[in-house]
Amino acid sequence: MDNKIKKVDLIFENVDYLEVLERSFKRSQDEIILDIIDSGLRGRGGAGFPTGLKWKFAKNEEAEQKYVICNADEGEPGTFKDREILTQVPDKVLAGMALCGKATGANEGYIYLRGEYNFLLPSLLSSIEKFHDQLKQLNFDFTIHIKSGSGAYVCGEETALMESMEGKRGEPRNKPPFPTTAGYLGQPTSINNVETLVFALMIAKEGPTKFKEMGTFDSRGSKVFSVSGDTPKAGIYELELGMSLEDFVNEFGDGDTKAVQIGGASGFCVARKHFKETVIGFEGIPTGGSMMLFNSTRSMFNILNDYLEFFEEESCGQCTPCRVGCQQLLKGIEAVKRGIKPPSYLDELQKLSETMKLASKCGLGQSAPNPFNSIINNFREEIIY
Amino acid sequence: MSPYKVSLKINNLSVSVDEGTTILEAARKLNFKIPTLCHHDDLCVAGNCRVCVVEQVGNRVLPASCATPVSEGMEILTNSMKVRQARKHIIELLLSEHNAECTICYKNGNCELQELSNEYRTGNRMFLDVLKKSAVDISSPSIEKDDSKCIRCQRCVRTCSQLQAVSALGVINKGKDMKISTFLNKPMNDVVCTNCGQCVNRCPTAALVERNYIDQVFDAIYDPKKFVVVQTAPATRVAISEEFGMGPNRSTGKMVAALRRLGFDKVLDTDFTADLTIMEEGTELLTRLKEALVDGKNVALPMMTSCSPGWIKFQEHIFPELLDNLSTCKSPQQMFGPLAKTYYAEKINKNPADMVVVSIMPCTAKKYEADRPEMRGSGYKDVDFVLTTREMGMMIKQAGIDFEKLSDEKYDSILGESSGAAVIFGNTGGVMEAAIRTAYEIVTGREVPFTNLNIKPVRGMEGIKEASVKIKDVKPEWSFLEGVELKVAIAHGLSNAKELMTSVKNGTANYHFIEVMGCPGGCIGGGGQPIPTNMEIRKKRAAAIYEEDEKMTIRKSHENPEVQEVYASFLHKPLGHRSHDLLHTHYTAKKRY
Repeated sequence: MDNKIKKVDLIFENVDYLEVLERSFKRSQDEIILDIIDSGLRGRGGAGFPTGLKWKFAKNEEAEQKYVICNADEGEPGTFKDREILTQVPDKVLAGMALCGKATGANEGYIYLRGEYNFLLPSLLSSIEKFHDQLKQLNFDFTIHIKSGSGAYVCGEETALMESMEGKRGEPRNKPPFPTTAGYLGQPTSINNVETLVFALMIAKEGPTKFKEMGTFDSRGSKVFSVSGDTPKAGIYELELGMSLEDFVNEFGDGDTKAVQIGGASGFCVARKHFKETVIGFEGIPTGGSMMLFNSTRSMFNILNDYLEFFEEESCGQCTPCRVGCQQLLKGIEAVKRGIKPPSYLDELQKLSETMKLASKCGLGQSAPNPFNSIINNFREEIIY
Repeated sequence: MSPYKVSLKINNLSVSVDEGTTILEAARKLNFKIPTLCHHDDLCVAGNCRVCVVEQVGNRVLPASCATPVSEGMEILTNSMKVRQARKHIIELLLSEHNAECTICYKNGNCELQELSNEYRTGNRMFLDVLKKSAVDISSPSIEKDDSKCIRCQRCVRTCSQLQAVSALGVINKGKDMKISTFLNKPMNDVVCTNCGQCVNRCPTAALVERNYIDQVFDAIYDPKKFVVVQTAPATRVAISEEFGMGPNRSTGKMVAALRRLGFDKVLDTDFTADLTIMEEGTELLTRLKEALVDGKNVALPMMTSCSPGWIKFQEHIFPELLDNLSTCKSPQQMFGPLAKTYYAEKINKNPADMVVVSIMPCTAKKYEADRPEMRGSGYKDVDFVLTTREMGMMIKQAGIDFEKLSDEKYDSILGESSGAAVIFGNTGGVMEAAIRTAYEIVTGREVPFTNLNIKPVRGMEGIKEASVKIKDVKPEWSFLEGVELKVAIAHGLSNAKELMTSVKNGTANYHFIEVMGCPGGCIGGGGQPIPTNMEIRKKRAAAIYEEDEKMTIRKSHENPEVQEVYASFLHKPLGHRSHDLLHTHYTAKKRY
């Protein structure tokens, strides 16, 4: 492996999580949270909200009941790392949830499991059963349940997820209030990605320093990547954050990489000419893990078309900019391709995409224009001709 | 304790408002109008149409002003370049999935989307047409549902679930296929819908409208063989003025004049049968009380009013186990129909087969009610056509009648005389008040002990009201009621009804008599009333109704001479044989799904 790409082994490493928990349960909530804040850990689902801060907000709320949710509704196209984490180290995820419960004052946790991952249910349930016994021995009151998703991409959005958990239609809520104030069943809730919870556990195990020393100022630590597409090395890799895309492609590309879609369907497409200056991380292009490589045999029109079809279908449909905007982007590039609309119509659509980013109710509609803009900007001629 | 104040700037003007106020409300305080579509003052916040987005300095995105509470030091721009562009785009997007056949649309001229697109001068359609084809659902006799006009604002969904606790309408599918639909996508007539029309009243476009029967009514009027009589519900007379830009106002005289000019052969009043309802229903209540208190019979109490057809259907679907509690009295509309085609037809020497009875109602459920198979007591369809207040407005406009300039005219006789107790049927609490005015007097021989007969405890917009009347010094024949404290409750809007019914069902409620009206505020807030309807307008209509009552010479149903006459010469006595045949009905349990 090229030394510019640094492989890390925090997530999948087998650790004595009970020892970590036992130690953490003796500490104060603030001490745990301070370590997480100090580590610089940011949410690994893609949005990158500082985890320690989220826990602190939840901790500061006064409520009879608080919740921890593990967001395992891994639905972003090209992302498959949470599945692997839940398969290989489920105990660490559960321990991360208990740690979060301790830090925020919640005694109930939920795993919202992507519907397509229901094959994991039996093993997860037996892990939970075992874990509950172990917690009893540690004298810590924390119960974990699993709720299965039903297949809507939007339910990965935290408030839509909570609506879905409450048995309602999975539609994002208005924010504020944020989940840390009024989340599941209106109670303070800290909702974290699967990977984030495992990192939190590892930070509690080893202290913030080791984590903080990795990565860059904005993107501390490492991250699990799901590498797919035109690559001889498709798979899951935990890598230090802050590498350049060029280094990444040199490691994973097939020698003919034309573009990389970073962050799945809602992420950005980077063309070869920008590989060098593109940093993978929150200061550059963040990702929930998905890295899709495309070589010169791929049509960028087809790729964009696929992404837009995905959004047209997966928008929850409640807000106008997202519901109709996604349809317009899809229909629009098709109309330009067929010559029904002039190439300049793409400029109108880019203005529309700005409105979608600004005015959509949730992250789905706000980020759906990302692939559109980055592909139009880099491969305009492939869309038109 | 006064609420915490928050200071912010909107368009560089400072304003201080209570904590929890939305940006939209704060802007209204400064007289900045922010356009809205999914927002309705009666409903909870949705924040999904996004036309109300504003710029918040320092915020990456444009928050929806209807859904975002103010915060200290916030700087808001309601009409910045970004906001304008976004708003225009959103309107254009809505139009791109909208069946914009505005000139031939039923809601042309009273459509919020049309108004907005007019305001923003969205000229040539910028975006591609993404309208989905769909058939118009005309299965219901009350409500027409056209998805091609729907902008997915979900006002109807929130109305149906929150205000009415019915949830006949919901959202199905996602993305481009997301739409408002019913359980299993069934036709509107086959689901739990009560036909209350509150959704129709709140729909900003023409996705939900009343089934319109104007042409059929005009056809009847023009048919020389037909004798067409019209009856008008209490609540129509204080709201029809709104259709002519005159606000909620007492305009009974103008309305009668307009209807006469439309060519109706006789203009009669549902208020007459409202008085009759009190005679029947009051007697029924006293009979049930006697059976319970004296005969020890197991009769269903509390008795519940049955004037509101939306409420009746709700009860048939949701609380079928309480159907025996409903008064068997037909609603005033449906008492009028059979009386018109029997008693009245005889008096004026007309063949009932040639008669057409038209009702003007504040209600869409009345259309369904008139179609019920039980409603053929006269041997014919008792009420042939039911029009809403809005449809009456349209007819008057089409006929070129200048409503505002009309002089007051009086109802025809007979079946046109009424009391103040009848007109208050339009308000929540009104049937109860009218019933108490009469029942108390029958039992004690004295007027109700309230100043000017105004029974204030049953009035007002509170969702569920309770009151009690102590009955003392009764006439000898009512001795079993001596000292009884008559306990009553009133609910309006079906979610309040549901709450009240739940307590009845659980046995935690201890009432003798319950009045329920299906719509918020009672009939004055009915689904067939002018659009818009909101709390402010409902209060004004309600005040006008009470004013109308106070101005009447007769204030008590049993003093209506026409009612006395109909008993003397035709019905003989309340709950008598003829009453039973013509004025009473039964109910059928219905499934929820």
